[in-house]
Amino acid sequence: MIRVQAEDFDVGQEIKNMSDGNHAIGGLCSFVGLVREMAGSADIGAMTLEHYPGMTDKALEKIEAEANERWPLESSLIIHRYGRLEPGDQIVLVAAASPHRQASFEACHFLIDFLKTKAPFWKLEDTSEGPKWVDARSSDDAAAARWIKA
Amino acid sequence: MINLLYFAWVRERVGIANEEIAMPSDVSTVADLVAWQRDRGEGYAEAFADGDVVRVAVNQEHVEMGHPIQNGDEIAFFPPVTGG
Repeated sequence: MIRVQAEDFDVGQEIKNMSDGNHAIGGLCSFVGLVREMAGSADIGAMTLEHYPGMTDKALEKIEAEANERWPLESSLIIHRYGRLEPGDQIVLVAAASPHRQASFEACHFLIDFLKTKAPFWKLEDTSEGPKWVDARSSDDAAAARWIKA
Repeated sequence: MINLLYFAWVRERVGIANEEIAMPSDVSTVADLVAWQRDRGEGYAEAFADGDVVRVAVNQEHVEMGHPIQNGDEIAFFPPVTGG
């Protein structure tokens, strides 16, 4: 399941919803991304997440479908927020559930790595030096590239 | 007609979020359109100055510069994504 929303989410509840009633699940791995208070040397007061409505859903669905093709998942979830967020706020939740732990760990890692390089979101940080668009990191490309099969 | 969308700093530099334009006669690929955009004025020139940085989606799918463009397409221009 994927969701793109302005509202916050309850990680415990979301995980419970994924596994409730499905006793084939033996392991569930989740990752939560949060707003950090520091970007380099500048303090962040808040950030605004912009996205491309229409394409965002498609991109996330494609990433989720690929995870389900590559690992035997019983359940998967991507929730990504948009709008204004403050340090400490939750930005993203990805989770993958499988009969065994290795698939859930790997799929969870894959979901966040691919999301970071393919989902059309952009962060505008409100820093002590003024508003700044976050630059993409080459380390994120490298992280996603590790999952591309030779 | 083609529908052009702009996001993040590409939108700020161009000065608008979207526009519908007639398909330019000499444009058949994404690369052609990027080159054409550069000649449309100061904001466009600034947004598309470095052709390697701006990413493009056609009909909501990431594409490379050689991707063909057709009448009726939705074409989005944006910086490398930074979600997650």
